[in-house]
Amino acid sequence: MKVIVNVSLKAGVLDSQGKAVHHALDSLHFEGVSDVRVGKQIIFKLDTQDEVKARKDVTQMCEDLLANTVIEDYEIELIK
Amino acid sequence: MKVSILQFPGTNCEYDTQNAFEQLGATTEIVWHKSETIPADTNLLVVAGGFSYGDYLRSGAIAKFSPVMKAVKEYVSKGGKVLGICNGFQVLTESGLLPGALKRNESLHFISKHHTLKVVNNDNVFLENLNEGDVVNIPIAHHDGNFYIDQEGLKDLYANNQVLLKYSDAQGNDKNPNGSVDSIAGICNKEKNVFGLMPHPERAMETILGSNDGVKMLLGFLK
Repeated sequence: MKVIVNVSLKAGVLDSQGKAVHHALDSLHFEGVSDVRVGKQIIFKLDTQDEVKARKDVTQMCEDLLANTVIEDYEIELIK
Repeated sequence: MKVSILQFPGTNCEYDTQNAFEQLGATTEIVWHKSETIPADTNLLVVAGGFSYGDYLRSGAIAKFSPVMKAVKEYVSKGGKVLGICNGFQVLTESGLLPGALKRNESLHFISKHHTLKVVNNDNVFLENLNEGDVVNIPIAHHDGNFYIDQEGLKDLYANNQVLLKYSDAQGNDKNPNGSVDSIAGICNKEKNVFGLMPHPERAMETILGSNDGVKMLLGFLK
């Protein structure tokens, strides 16, 4: 299955890149934009069809390596 | 006195660090990250600066899984002294040997310049040659030097005298180049045997190169 992990700074941790992007959007006169966050996306294939096992394994990957949970949150998406 | 210096792929301050400690009379050894042990006669282990693994994913995130890091953790648990400079500080926070994390600089710029720092606490082997309130002039060179820790963690740092250095102006007033919480530039662990800072004391060893304030700092380890 395909795995998509989205990692972004936690709410409450200042996201300077998000802020800079927000300013740039403002200066381009796009209206109504708020809460801009810049994150990263990690995409890979996982050799299993067992969704429960996959979620467990990917959660461990996030905790160990893919995210720094002191400052970052992660979201896992599994696509069969 | 033996100083062992860790080298990962992408480390680039190991020879400056070696030169600095040899200038102070220490013997040194560079330890490749694949080593599963650190030299038995090591008195101080330095995690040198640079860009381990190209800073891929996050600064220090991949280095923490190098074979040598298991030996580093054992060394620390037995009371061995460790100093992480710049990327070394990032590796130590990623490994959980020091609290907090280093984020992208608030300005989003890579900052490379001399910066003054105020000594906040000298009740530790690293800074005992300095007085609290002293101001030292030490180069900084980083993109991800924005120290972050939550409020609870920050309280703990102060309660245990773990905040060692703050970015300041020449008079010792807080002056924050990168957005770090409370202008913090360097900390240690609770047990006071693991030290980390973003500025580079090993680059402040000669007045002709701008400052020799690094000498007083590094000498603390050489007793």
